[in-house]
Amino acid sequence: MSSVKDWAAPNPITENRSGLIGKSVDRYEGRLKVTGTAPYAYEVEPPAPPAYGQMVTATIARGRITHIETQAAEQSPGVLAVWTHLNVPPQARRGERLNPRSQRPANPALASDRVEFYGQTVAFILADTLENARAAAEKVEITYAAETAVVDFLASLDQGELPPGEEDVHIGDFPKAFAASQVTVDETYFSPIQNHVQMEPCATTAWWDGDKVTVHTSIQMVKGGQHALAETLAIPSDRVHLITRYIGGGFGGKGQAYDDLTLAALAARAVGRPVKVAYTRQQMFHGTIHRPAVQMRVRLGANADGRLNAFALEAITHCARHATFTEHAANFSRNLYAAPNRLTGHRLVRMDIPHAGAMRAPGEAPGMLSLECAMDELAEKLGLDPIELRLRNEPDVDPETGKPFSVRQLEQCLHEGSQRFGWSRRNPKPGQVRDGRWLVGMGMAAAIRGNFLLPAKAGLRITADGVLTLTQGMTDIGTGTYTILAQITAETLGVPLEQVRVELGDSDMPPAPGSGGQFGAATAGSAAYETGMVMRRTLADLATGDPRSPLYGADPTLVSFANGNIALDNQTETLAALVARSQPEGVYVEGSISPAADARDYSQHTYGAHFAEVGVDVVTGEVRMRKMFGVFAAGRILNGKTARSQVTGGMIWGVGTALTEANTIDPRFGSFANQDLGTYLVPVHADIVDLDAIFLDEADDKANPMGIKGVGELGICGAGAAVANAIYNACGVRLRDYPMTPDKVLEGLMAKGL
Amino acid sequence: MKTTMTVNGQVRSLDLDTRTTLLDALREHLDLKGSKKGCDQGQCGACTVLVNGTRINACLSLAVMHDGDEILTIEGLADGENLHPLQQAFLTEDAFQCGYCTPGQICSAVGMLQEVAAGLPSQETESLTGPISLTDAEIRERLSGNICRCSAYPQILAAVRRVAGATQ
Ligand code: FES
Ligand code: FES
Repeated sequence: MSSVKDWAAPNPITENRSGLIGKSVDRYEGRLKVTGTAPYAYEVEPPAPPAYGQMVTATIARGRITHIETQAAEQSPGVLAVWTHLNVPPQARRGERLNPRSQRPANPALASDRVEFYGQTVAFILADTLENARAAAEKVEITYAAETAVVDFLASLDQGELPPGEEDVHIGDFPKAFAASQVTVDETYFSPIQNHVQMEPCATTAWWDGDKVTVHTSIQMVKGGQHALAETLAIPSDRVHLITRYIGGGFGGKGQAYDDLTLAALAARAVGRPVKVAYTRQQMFHGTIHRPAVQMRVRLGANADGRLNAFALEAITHCARHATFTEHAANFSRNLYAAPNRLTGHRLVRMDIPHAGAMRAPGEAPGMLSLECAMDELAEKLGLDPIELRLRNEPDVDPETGKPFSVRQLEQCLHEGSQRFGWSRRNPKPGQVRDGRWLVGMGMAAAIRGNFLLPAKAGLRITADGVLTLTQGMTDIGTGTYTILAQITAETLGVPLEQVRVELGDSDMPPAPGSGGQFGAATAGSAAYETGMVMRRTLADLATGDPRSPLYGADPTLVSFANGNIALDNQTETLAALVARSQPEGVYVEGSISPAADARDYSQHTYGAHFAEVGVDVVTGEVRMRKMFGVFAAGRILNGKTARSQVTGGMIWGVGTALTEANTIDPRFGSFANQDLGTYLVPVHADIVDLDAIFLDEADDKANPMGIKGVGELGICGAGAAVANAIYNACGVRLRDYPMTPDKVLEGLMAKGL
Repeated sequence: MKTTMTVNGQVRSLDLDTRTTLLDALREHLDLKGSKKGCDQGQCGACTVLVNGTRINACLSLAVMHDGDEILTIEGLADGENLHPLQQAFLTEDAFQCGYCTPGQICSAVGMLQEVAAGLPSQETESLTGPISLTDAEIRERLSGNICRCSAYPQILAAVRRVAGATQ
C-alpha cells in the first residue's frame, strides 16, 4: 500500500506544464448537451422497436394487498403483460447475494403482498405504446388491508434508537462544562424531508441478446447497478451489461437501482423485445429516496471571550422500517470547532414512509443548518462578530481526534469572503436597515465537508493516429467528470486536449466507484492520472527499445512528454509516429489508485465560507435573496469553470433549503402532500440574484497524487444557515424551523409588532 | 389520427394516437429526443419547443392539435456544424451541468428574446406600453418556467446576456 509521502513528489499534474490543470475549458460533452443529442437512458436507440412499461404504486403506508383486479387492464388495448406479486417472473429474495463479492444484494420488484411504504410498486403494465400502458395502469384495482403505520416523525421522536453499531461520542465532561459556562445557547432546529428532484426521472431501456441483458439506465454507480440487477435476476454479473453515459442529475438519489431497472430487464426477457420503463415525476417522490427530516439540539457553552468550553450536537432522524440509513447530521461538527468538552450523537426512528437515503452532502447539509445558526446566536449573546467567534474557536488540530489537518484554510475563507462580500457593511443590530418595504440583512456561515479517496481503475488506449482514449466505469452526473478526466489525461501525456477521448459509464470498463460523497473527481481522476503514468512508462519503453526511434537506447526514465511528442534532449518524435511504427494495433494499459495506508492519520476536509444578503418583506414575510458569495478551499482545482458551477449549484441548493424546500407527510396516507414541481418548490431563475463563488489556491498533498479534493457537495454545506442568519439580521426574527416560508416569517414579524 | 407538422423545416406526417402529446410525438415517433421529459405536466420547462415561433411546454399539448404547425426543437437550432449563438453561449458560460434541462432552457431563451423584441411585457416590465429594457430581472422572470435542478442559473443568465447584449 502506498503512503501519502509518495504523493508529495512533483508529477506532471502538479508541474502542469501545458497549463491544462485548472483551466476553464468547456465541457467535453457540452456540444452534445446543447444540441440535444446526448442520449439519456430512455432515449437510447434500442435494436428493435420497444415496448413501454408503466408502474402502478401503492396508496397505503403499510399493510397487505388483499386483492388486485387486473382483468380490465389485461383486456385494455395494446397490453402485453400485467404483473403483480402473484405472477411476476421469479427473482431472488430481497437481500440475497449469490456472489459474495457483489456490491449490492438482490432487490426484487413486486416481491410480495406486503406494502411497506406509500408509492411502492405493486403492479406493472407492459404495452405496445406509452399511451396504452398508462391507460391500462388506470384500470388496475387494488384492495388493501391497511395496518397501523408510523408516519408522524415529530410525534415519534421518543422512539429514536441508537443507529446500529453506533455510540454517542463523549469527550471530556460535557454536562459539567456546559453548566459551568458563562454564556450558553441551547436551541433546537428542524430540517424537514427534502427531495432530490433530479430533472431526469429514473429510467431504463433494456434488451436481451441470448442470455445477456443490456441495460441503459440512469444511475450514479455502474458496478452497484450491475450487481444489483444480476443478484435480483440471479444471474452472474457478466451477463448484465450496464451503460449510463449521460445522467440527468443524481445528487445521491441515483446511487442505487430502482424498480425501473429490474422491471425493464424482466419484461424485455418475457416479451423478447426491448422495453423502456420510466418513473413519472410524481412516482419519483415516493419510489426513490429522499433526505430524511432531522431534529437537532445544539448546546454551546462559552467563556466570556467567546472560546467554546462545551459543545453538543444531538440529532434525531428517521429511516424506513426495514432499511438502515442514518443521516449523520452531527458528524461534521466533530471536526469543526475547538471545545474541550464535547458530545455528539444520533438517534434513528423507524417509520413507515418511503426510504430515506443520501442526498447531496448527507449529514452536513441538514447538520450545518443547526450549528451555524447556533454560532450566530452565540455571537450575538457575546457581542462578538460571528466571523470573530469562529476565528476564536479555530482548532490547531482535529478537535475530536487530535490528528493534524492535511490543509485547513477556513480562516482564509472567512477573511477573503468578508472582504469581497463587504461584510463590514453589516449592522450587527437586527432590523436596522430598511429599503422601502424590505428589511435588509446579512448573514454568514462556515462550510466543511469531508474528502475521500476510494479504490478505482481506468484504462487508456493510444491508437496509431495518436488519439488517447480513456475508459472508465465512472459516471458524469453533471459534475464535469468527462471534462476533468480529459484534462488530466492530456496533461499527464503532454498532448493537446483535442487528442483525448473519454468514454464512461459502462460496466465492461475498468471499474470506478461512481459519483457520490464528492469523492468522484479525486477517485476517478487519480485513477486516470495513474493510468496516464503507466502509459508514459509503456511508451517510453517502446521508444527507447525500438531501433527505428530517435530515442533508441536512451534511459526511459529520462524521456519527457510535451506537445504530443515524446522527447529526450533534441531527439523527438510524435506519439502518433511512435505508435504507428512500433505498435500499429495500438497500446492499451490499465492503472489504479487506492487510498494511502496513512491517509487516515490526517483530518482531511474541504472548507468554505458563505455570505448572504436578503430582503424580508415586512408586509408579506417573503424573503428574497439579494446577494450571495462563497469562498471555498478544496485542494487543487482541475477546471475553474466546472468547479465554480458545482459550488454555485450547491449554494443555490442551500437557498432552496432555507426558503422553500420541504416534503410534508400527509398523515392519512403516509404520503408526501407535495409530490410535483408545482408544490415541492426548488429555486427558479427569479429566486437567484447576484450569486458567485471563488476558490482559494490550495493543494492537498495528503489527499491523492494530484492534491485535488471534491467540490460537488461543499457548496451546499452551511449555505442555508447563512441565509437564515441574514433573515435574523434583517428583521430580528430567529427561525429554527426550516424552510423559512413567509407564513413563519410573518408570524415572527407580527410577534415583534412589526 | 393523421397529422402533418413541419418540424425543424421538414414536413413530417404521422398517424398518431389522439392521446399522444407533442412531446411524446417528438421523442417516441420522430426520433427527436432532444426535447426532455422532466415532469410531463407543465411544471419544469424541460420540454420547451417553439410552435409557430412561440415557446410552449410540449408535454401539455396533444400532437394532433398541431396539424399544419411549424415546430422548432433544439435539434433545429444549429446551422449545420455552426451552433446557434445561444447554444454556443451556454457552452462558453458553462450554463448547464447534467444537461437535462438545457434544450428547454435554450429553446425558452430563444422564444423569450423574441417576446421581448415583440414588446410583450412581463411582471418585471416597468411600462406596459413603452420599450422593454432587458434587465437581468426581466431575463430571470421570463425564464422562471424552466427549472434547472443543477442550478446553473447564474451561468444561464450570463449566457443569455452574452447573446442579448449588456444590460440596457
Ligand atoms: S416535461 Fe413539460 S413542463 Fe416538464
Ligand atoms: S443542467 Fe441539470 S437540471 Fe439544468
